Amino acid sequence: MLPFTRLFLDLDQSNRTSEKVAAIEQYFRHASPADAAHALYFLSGNRFKRVLKTKVMVQTALLITKTPEWLLDECYEAVGDLSETVALLLPGGETPTDTPLHTIVDRWIRPLLHAEDAAASDQLALAWSKLGRDQRFVFNKLLRGNFRVGVNRRLVQRALAAVADIDPAVMAHRLSGKVEPTEAAYLRIMSGGTSEDDFSRPYPFCLANQLNDPPQSLGDIADWQIEYKWDGIRAQILRRAAPHPDGRVTTHLWSRGDELITDQFPELALAAASLPPGTVLDGEVLAWRHTSPGAPDGRALSFNALQTRLNRKNVQPSLFDADGIVFIAFDILEHEARDIRDQPLSARRLVLEQLHRRHLASAEVIKLAPILTPRSWPDAGALRTTARTDRNAEGLMLKHRQSAYHVGRGVIRARESASADNPSPPKSAGGWWKWKIDPFSVDAVLIYAQPGSGKRAGLFTDYTFGIWDGEALTPFAKAYSGLDNDEIKRVDALIRVNTTGRMGPVRVVRPALVFEIGFETIRASPRHRSGIAVRFPRILRWREDKKPADADTLDSVRALLARHTD
Amino acid sequence: MPPAPDADLVVPTPDGLYCRAGRFHVDPWRPVAHAIVTHAHSDHACRGCERYLTSSTGVFPLRERMLPGASIDGLPFGQSLTIGDTRVSLHPAGHILGSAQIRIEHRGQVCVISGDYKTPPRSAAPDRTCEPFEPVRCNVFITESTFGLPIYRWRPQSETFADINAWWRQNQLDGRTTFVFAYALGKAQRVLAGIDPAIGPIAVHGAIVGLNRAYADAGIALPPSPHAAAALAPDLRGRALIIAPPSAAGTPWIRKFVGPDGISTALVSGWMQVRGTRRRRAIDRGFILSDHSDWDGLLWAIRETGASRVGVTHGFIEPLVRWLRERERIDAFPVPTKYEGERVEESSPDEPAAEVDPAPDDSSPDPTEPA
Repeated sequence: MLPFTRLFLDLDQSNRTSEKVAAIEQYFRHASPADAAHALYFLSGNRFKRVLKTKVMVQTALLITKTPEWLLDECYEAVGDLSETVALLLPGGETPTDTPLHTIVDRWIRPLLHAEDAAASDQLALAWSKLGRDQRFVFNKLLRGNFRVGVNRRLVQRALAAVADIDPAVMAHRLSGKVEPTEAAYLRIMSGGTSEDDFSRPYPFCLANQLNDPPQSLGDIADWQIEYKWDGIRAQILRRAAPHPDGRVTTHLWSRGDELITDQFPELALAAASLPPGTVLDGEVLAWRHTSPGAPDGRALSFNALQTRLNRKNVQPSLFDADGIVFIAFDILEHEARDIRDQPLSARRLVLEQLHRRHLASAEVIKLAPILTPRSWPDAGALRTTARTDRNAEGLMLKHRQSAYHVGRGVIRARESASADNPSPPKSAGGWWKWKIDPFSVDAVLIYAQPGSGKRAGLFTDYTFGIWDGEALTPFAKAYSGLDNDEIKRVDALIRVNTTGRMGPVRVVRPALVFEIGFETIRASPRHRSGIAVRFPRILRWREDKKPADADTLDSVRALLARHTD
Repeated sequence: MPPAPDADLVVPTPDGLYCRAGRFHVDPWRPVAHAIVTHAHSDHACRGCERYLTSSTGVFPLRERMLPGASIDGLPFGQSLTIGDTRVSLHPAGHILGSAQIRIEHRGQVCVISGDYKTPPRSAAPDRTCEPFEPVRCNVFITESTFGLPIYRWRPQSETFADINAWWRQNQLDGRTTFVFAYALGKAQRVLAGIDPAIGPIAVHGAIVGLNRAYADAGIALPPSPHAAAALAPDLRGRALIIAPPSAAGTPWIRKFVGPDGISTALVSGWMQVRGTRRRRAIDRGFILSDHSDWDGLLWAIRETGASRVGVTHGFIEPLVRWLRERERIDAFPVPTKYEGERVEESSPDEPAAEVDPAPDDSSPDPTEPA
């Protein structure tokens, strides 16, 4: 576990991408395949299904350190992370263990996660006594299922590609989908040897950047394919034949979060069965209200309608009678078993339309994403403004017609963009842009604050905002982000001087600070005290110019809800 | 101001701690007539008092920071002085050069105010840049609590310096200039005394030059560490370790010294013990080195005083008070401070904190450098 802990510390300490990639590369060059498989599993953000109960970790730590529980709570408040708090409190730890990572996972972590509380506590105490100080922290994070380190998927892909000496895009493909922490899976990834389940892997998703500049900066509108930006689940439908000798053709539905969601949407799998083998479509899964059952037209519902589906294991048909599920296809990545991602979007779109005509014309569930044809950027702007009310969309997608289907957010040269007759393509060529509608916004008053965790431990950064319900402020939304570091510090100082009470770690704050809170959607919710739930609330601006009395009221927010209900 | 609740020698007032029998304040945060000052950090020494008394070795740094012409008297450690109806003496606190605990005796009662203090490590080399902490027996002890939680337990400083040296060497290999951000008074000199000058050239920000001289005058040997001026830049780029107050981070002054592959920055502070604090700073590395006592040090010092009453101020007041009452059976009580510093580090800009943020006089870019 020494090299893995070292890797964690190196990644944690560095702000430089090049250093991080070098550290990862260094690790994988020297790790045994069994260790590397586990390291890759954890670096990719995976965790075990079971996690150690907070109670067991806390009680064991209290026992060993002879610390009263209230003092551990105080420490936790200062640190913001239980695994770290415990690691800092434990005595000793001068001598780290050189037991390999995979052994620690198989012999210590897995048994511990399956043990009864009392046995788990004994095993935990024993493990801590053998681990070094930094190792304990990493070990605790793995047990708690919240091991996170500041590397994204692309960095891991780059580093592994360098170790395997292959193109990063190829490595990205090999790493998409679920990666199992086994030696065999790791060796397959590194050697590229075909595997049983390779055929079920999606392509890395092509992501769009947020458009902040005026759209005119993108040049001629004719160069751009314009679609709605749907508010659903981004997904790829894979229709492929299993490797010889099985030969069976199967369908897989992958979400952008690399979750296999085929079983949650059986109607999509059914509809995709009419696709020819060797087809991969990219699109959006949406909840849909048909004008009448079975009618071809209809309207997208908001994301909330989809959410009920996601957490179900066995989907009952009754759930999709009136309101259905659809897949809006907007791209094709594989056609006739050929990867066509580097063809320009305009060509891929032709293939997609043809395929849809031939195989999906009768399948209401898989729809072709409509292309919008505004004549000018101002016309496009008008479509964007009404996207929510017209279509329940979040705005527009702007995709360069020459763009390749690149990996992630990176801008990748489309084949044509550097051609002789187009010597200076716009800086955005190859890029995809999301041009979102301005979010809903409400002015609300900060009423509770809590110290943040991780990077913001010890600073008051978790805020609850209230809106006026008569004379009182009723909690409306919580938000964690949106302020810059200076603002966070100033708000933190103001919270300290305006504290009127405490409820555990939560400070009750005198109404004084007004913020403009943005959010994406709004719906009625009996579980929230205000009766209203919003999605992705965040601070848009600190309204230092406003007084608490200027904040919005429950009535004004209810009116907003009434205007935007499905 | 509420009347003193009992016969306490020292009482909290809106101006800071006040001794009525001696008619003086200790570390006032507003200008008063007579101030006895434990040390020159800005949350302990305020400008504008009529007269100051501090330790003899503490006079120079205090003079650097108070208004020009301030009346400052020095008292050698261990000598006592009659002030009003009290006998006052100063005793080393081990925080920085000249930092003092203040012992006040009145009618057989003894009160000791710790100021900021650092107890010596049990089994490792002490900080040689200041007089080591000496416990003073007393009835009432008023202690700081900056790091008054058991998550704060310091490792020997030799380990931190080994880490800093290794990082500096690596930076040289990478062609990066090494910047260490440390509080200008005390921490900067402790770092200088601890790093390995054989690795490469060392230089300091303008705000540190004068303070280094004060340390040298007090007989504390520091490695050669000239002012990091533009003329030296060719020799420093990519090789040197440069020490600067945290406020110098991101200023144009830094740019003169950027190495072929940039710079690498670190903050040296006890707060670096916690990962979140390390990570939210825009720095490359955080090294744990504090001039305050850790949890074990605080408890050791409190026991050594033999005090039956203990006031807790500056830091994690509530947890330490509760621990002393419940676990040590000591009559402990909170002593309010303007520096509510539950997290000293995060004080608002007009309340600079000793451990991390520099005093206002550090905050401008190097005054001797054109911008």
